[in-house]
Amino acid sequence: MKENKIEIRNLYKAFGKKVVLDGVDVDVKKGESLVVIGGSGTGKSVLIKCIQGILTPDSGSIKIDGVDITQLDRDEAEKSYSKMGMLFQGAALFDSLSVWENVAFGLIENQKMPRKEAKAEAIRVLRQVGLAAEVADLSPSELSGGMQKRVGLARAIATRPEIIFFDEPTTGLDPIMSDVINDLIIESVKGLGATALTITHDMASARKIADKIAMLYKGKIIWQGTVKEMDKTDNPYVKQFIKGSSQGPISVEV
Amino acid sequence: MNFAEKFLRRLGKTLVTFVFRLGELSLFVARAVYNCVTPPFYFKLLGRQFLDIGFYSLPVVALTTIFAGMVIALQTYSGFSSYGAESAVAAVVLISVTRELAPVFCGLMVAGRIGAAMAAEIGTMRVTEQIDALTTLSTNPFKYLVTPRIIAGVLVLPMLVIVGDIIGIFGGYVVSIYQLDFNPANYINSTLDELQTIDIMTGLIKGAVFGFIISLMGCYNGYKSRGGAQGVGEATTNAVVTSSILILIFNYIITGMLFTK
Repeated sequence: MKENKIEIRNLYKAFGKKVVLDGVDVDVKKGESLVVIGGSGTGKSVLIKCIQGILTPDSGSIKIDGVDITQLDRDEAEKSYSKMGMLFQGAALFDSLSVWENVAFGLIENQKMPRKEAKAEAIRVLRQVGLAAEVADLSPSELSGGMQKRVGLARAIATRPEIIFFDEPTTGLDPIMSDVINDLIIESVKGLGATALTITHDMASARKIADKIAMLYKGKIIWQGTVKEMDKTDNPYVKQFIKGSSQGPISVEV
Repeated sequence: MNFAEKFLRRLGKTLVTFVFRLGELSLFVARAVYNCVTPPFYFKLLGRQFLDIGFYSLPVVALTTIFAGMVIALQTYSGFSSYGAESAVAAVVLISVTRELAPVFCGLMVAGRIGAAMAAEIGTMRVTEQIDALTTLSTNPFKYLVTPRIIAGVLVLPMLVIVGDIIGIFGGYVVSIYQLDFNPANYINSTLDELQTIDIMTGLIKGAVFGFIISLMGCYNGYKSRGGAQGVGEATTNAVVTSSILILIFNYIITGMLFTK
């Protein structure tokens, strides 16, 4: 039995009157890849932003390696945050910096690696995600969507984080490029031995990269299990979501 | 709902929003000042801001202040020549340029040039999640984005004002000598006779305050922008409008404090 890397209990977060997370309980074991599925606007992004300290939850606990980071002060929590990396939905590359400076950002700013060394390391990581060394000196705006995602992935893994978050990693990519990114995600997570938490509504991607799947609906985790269990489940919400049907218990708020 | 109720609701909402924004801005100022005096410092970014705010603003500052000085010389001459007070031109140019025109024109031009750019850049970084990305890379976005801009604004604007002072006075000189046929030596002498420390000090104080206002409003509006391209557009407009208004208000307040006994 592996220990829990992330342990979330009773997490609440509301924006004004709108309750987004309504008591979320979820665990991710060390080295495991959890995919959280759910419709748009069900609070998936808010969940990972709370774990990363971008948002502060209203109540509940988030334990990383057994330590509740919601109880720590900013400086102490910073140590936990430095173990994390994230691939953003729109890649969120810094457009004032070149590709390699983006990838090496965490190495230069936090690990205080000399620039020359950091550049070599950045080029090595770029190769790992299938990009040639020539790309290193380009600016992010000169790259295609798929390439930006790769650079985003390279930036997320360059600091060798213990936990990596993927926010809709395949959104906006064609099916083939999606699959390439899925493969890269699996490769890099396994390569680092990292724990991964992905949020997506792309079921093909979820099936491929998940060890475990959890479904978020109306601010609660309503179901979790493996991909096999998901295909056999009787849970009407999960069934409707994986079939992608407009008929069922999930009502689409227009 | 009748009309009165509707009106009161609207009024209440506006009032609550205003108080909320004021509180948010106060917190932002406190955070900005705190971060300006605590490490780590990003000297490279500070250098870039010095260049952006200071060096690249020189052409607009030079152009606006030289014409301001020129027009003051002309007006003073046309207004006072009937009293035979040509010598007053040098003094009026000196006082109006150093105490009011150079600081205010520098402030307004830089607000348009830099305040807008700051709000647009930081706002775009906000809506494309680049600010969140900084956090995930264990970098304090406040220190990385806001602090260098505020420090640079406060330090660079006074220097720009001094440059504006010199160029504005030069503008007055050019008009006086070449158009109004004054004696150059007399003009320079009466300018130097009139020059007081307070003229320069005013410019420095106003420059620092205006620099703070410009950077603060640019960063604040950008940092809090929401909702894509439209949000960034609004942030940019708000940054320029609010900083321009605040510059004029604070210009009056500072003049009041320095020159009324």
